Amino acid sequence: MLPAGLLNVAYIAASILFILSLAGLSNQETARRGNINGIIGMLIAIAATAAYTLGWFEGTAPFTLGAQGLGVLAGAVLIGTLIGGFMAARVAMTSMPELVAVLHSFVGLAAVLVGLSSYMAPLQQLSGTEQLVHEIEIFLAVFIGSITFTGSVIAFLKLRGSLSGRPLTLPGRHLLNLGMLLGCVYLGYDFVGQADHGGLTPLLIVTGISGLIGIHLVMAIGGADMPVVVSMLNSYSGWAAAAAGFMLQNDLLLVTGALVGSSGAILSYIMCAAMNRSFISVILGGFGGGDAPAANGEPKPGEGKGRDDVIEFDVSDTIALLRGASSVIIVPGYGMAVAQAQHSLSEVVKVLRKAGVEVRFGIHPVAGRLPGHMNVLLAEANVPYDIVLEMDELNDDFPETDAVLVIGANDIVNPSAQTDPTSPIAGMPVLEVWHSATVVVMKRGMASGYAGVQNPLFFNENSRMLFGDAKTNVDAILVGLRG
Amino acid sequence: MKVGMKVGIPKEVLAGERRVATTPETAKRLQKLGFEVLIESGAGANADFSDDLYTAADCKIVAGAEALWAEADIVLKVREPMQHPDLGKHEAELLRAGQVLISFIWPAQNQELVELLAARKGTVLAMDAVPRISRAQKCDALSSMANIAGYRAVIEAAQHFGSFFTGQFTAAGKVPPARVLVIGAGVAGLAAIGAAKGLGAIVRAFDTRPAVKEQVESMGAEYLTLEFEEDGDGAGGYAKVMTDAFMDAERALFEDQAKEVDIIVTTALIPGKPAPYLITEQALKNMREGSVVVDLAAERGGNCPLVVADQVTIKHGVSLIGYTDLPSRMANVASNLYGNNLYHLLDDMGGAEGFKVDEDDEVVRGTLILNEGELRWPPPKIEPSPQAKPAPKPEAAAAPKPAAASAPKPKPKSSSKKSHGHGGGASKPANPLWLALGGLALIAVGWGGNDDFLDHFTVFILACFIGWQVIWNVSPALHTPLMSVTNAISGIIIIGGMLQIGGDLSDPAVILGAIAILVATINVAGGFLVTQRMLKMFQR
Repeated sequence: MLPAGLLNVAYIAASILFILSLAGLSNQETARRGNINGIIGMLIAIAATAAYTLGWFEGTAPFTLGAQGLGVLAGAVLIGTLIGGFMAARVAMTSMPELVAVLHSFVGLAAVLVGLSSYMAPLQQLSGTEQLVHEIEIFLAVFIGSITFTGSVIAFLKLRGSLSGRPLTLPGRHLLNLGMLLGCVYLGYDFVGQADHGGLTPLLIVTGISGLIGIHLVMAIGGADMPVVVSMLNSYSGWAAAAAGFMLQNDLLLVTGALVGSSGAILSYIMCAAMNRSFISVILGGFGGGDAPAANGEPKPGEGKGRDDVIEFDVSDTIALLRGASSVIIVPGYGMAVAQAQHSLSEVVKVLRKAGVEVRFGIHPVAGRLPGHMNVLLAEANVPYDIVLEMDELNDDFPETDAVLVIGANDIVNPSAQTDPTSPIAGMPVLEVWHSATVVVMKRGMASGYAGVQNPLFFNENSRMLFGDAKTNVDAILVGLRG
Repeated sequence: MKVGMKVGIPKEVLAGERRVATTPETAKRLQKLGFEVLIESGAGANADFSDDLYTAADCKIVAGAEALWAEADIVLKVREPMQHPDLGKHEAELLRAGQVLISFIWPAQNQELVELLAARKGTVLAMDAVPRISRAQKCDALSSMANIAGYRAVIEAAQHFGSFFTGQFTAAGKVPPARVLVIGAGVAGLAAIGAAKGLGAIVRAFDTRPAVKEQVESMGAEYLTLEFEEDGDGAGGYAKVMTDAFMDAERALFEDQAKEVDIIVTTALIPGKPAPYLITEQALKNMREGSVVVDLAAERGGNCPLVVADQVTIKHGVSLIGYTDLPSRMANVASNLYGNNLYHLLDDMGGAEGFKVDEDDEVVRGTLILNEGELRWPPPKIEPSPQAKPAPKPEAAAAPKPAAASAPKPKPKSSSKKSHGHGGGASKPANPLWLALGGLALIAVGWGGNDDFLDHFTVFILACFIGWQVIWNVSPALHTPLMSVTNAISGIIIIGGMLQIGGDLSDPAVILGAIAILVATINVAGGFLVTQRMLKMFQR
């Protein structure tokens, strides 16, 4: 028998290791060490809890896990580890957003299940205020968990392309959300305080309705707002875990949930700031994605600018430009990931760097479908991370740059964010590529970006358009540079 | 100014100067800027550009220098204006009031010439005065010519050196590779290193500026060090004058090295000073017979005083090469590069349509000698930029670390300021309304919650704050790994599942708990493994 205090000590150790694991991510050198800390913390937490349920600690455990229960535990953990390991080993880096979304859904699902289970078989018999508080906690865990679960599933399907990235805008959707929310609150009121676990029916209905809220919320949000959605769901999954912590009176769950919750909240905040949009407006959805006529490649009436008004470049011009440049900045966007151009691009960068050209990458916070997505893709393609810089780090360097390659990005390099106060993206921080000597924009056609606004950058005198598939063009550039 | 501005290129008058200020290729580029290009008949002949080639490039051939100077709005030259042997007058006298001349001028050495030009009320820009800032690198004719000189120096040395550069093992016997010492690792020195290395020689290099060590090594040469504490880095990326003791130590080093090397290429120059004395007579005596010394500083007195400018002499069995016209010896490529430098300068000045002598432009201001006859040289010191050249690199290399750590912090401030009037209030951390609501919520919790709950609540709030502090320090480049690792640790909900499987297996509560354990484990395993996989990819 071990002293009961050791369980708490183990939980404290696990909490500290989790905090260290997040702190480790402050730079690339310490990040792997941080991840190891997280793994150790998790092993300690699981081992300590297993020991507790097996009755190894002094004092009163609510139950003692029999051989049968141990079998269930071992079986579930084994299968889960295999599935998780398989997914982690197989996932392509371009599919990271999907993986992250599906993992969020699991946390949400687990929170719902633990909540329901905890209601059906509480650890301790409670009464009075204690019972009330406990039931409110269950309600919250189930409510948040369910939204997280269904929302993440929808986000996963959207990111995978199984569902259209366009926002679904039902008539009166805000009222609909409000109605469902009020319904949940009413059912929650109905649920608490029922004797003998009689509130199971309302609780299940709440699970269903909040699931619908999750679906509807994420359906209404367009593809390029996905970084916010994914970070928001990240945050929710944390809060769901924290609610479960309250429910089970477990401080480790609480602390971890709070860490994850604030992490997701900060990420959402950073993403929103990078688009100069409020969190509320992103969450309410309906932005961009096709209602503007420009989305189909036709310029808005009145602007009178199309493919004829831009200066086109071909691959050999681009090669000549790159050869002649002494400093190059590459600005990748989601289009690079779609075209899978990062590996060829990495080779191009290698050739240029060998030739003494200073090459850097400029990453906008919302480039891609996940915070930091571009960094991971470039890292996978063996681009050294010290030449991959954030927007704020190199935005002042464009005037001294000979050539900028914009690959599959649009809104994040749109000068009208600074010049046109009526633009939907007004005030959004953008990469000021137009200050450089020459900007080559690699695009499939003249279509506008996610925000549905025309990009005056394309018509600048120092801009050149290189049309076509990014991968094909980058490959051709690579062949030309080597030849 | 006006459309249809004419750029005129006269034939160079200095005997032996083969270069020309514009080639058919760069003429094409000038035409793209909107200029009409006039060229004096035979101007490019010595650089292998016949009049026919210029005609094919839509240039107008003009016979005679006087006609050309009279017609052109802008005159492009290589050498500074000088006495014209055919016309019997000075080229400067051909300059009209308001006409623009772009050429090498060397105003410090040629005071009289500047006065002569000033009297003509012309506008004169000196290609030797292009400021050494990164934006002006494309106009930097000194660098492009130095690059050629460095390359050619090695080629000239090869011609006078009686052996292979690369080591060879032949049936007849073994030939060791040539050993080359390059002194001064500026543009010319680095080009010499590259050329010698390319021919297969073993190359060593010395420079008083330790900052160039990396560049030397990146070219594949060995960087010689002197056991002496002094940094020779002067303003603008050039070298400065060193102390006598240092110079003695340096000369001793080269005397020592002379015993081992076959070829010495000296490129050491200090702006506005005679060339430093580096190669002693003793050093020449130490060299094997048949060795070669190429002195790129011969025009300015030479790094080896025994070298005679413009000549090849032999002292102590060592060939001493003192050519001062090395770029001109590669007139074709030199003309092309110089033409490109001129093109970039004209491009910067607005091309034909927007052509303007803009004194607010740092590059134009530095290059400008005379503006319509008024002396503008030397330019005011804009910003003394020590290490103008090496600076950008350390900056770029150092940036990721401190910036990544500190960049996210100022972000909320600036963006919350910007979001005024765009409905950004909700995301502002310091909005008083939200603070008040939060405070009320806390009071409500304190009022209604029981002790047990409040204990947990305290832990929860403190954990939120720790999370807030820690997450702001996460590098934005690692946001995806952050999400996957938070995915993994939010799998801690597995504990919730473990606490629910105490009952009988048929109990629905147990089944739900078991499923919760299963999915949470997927999260834990998947999240940590994929994070590890991703972090492994992040490499310098």
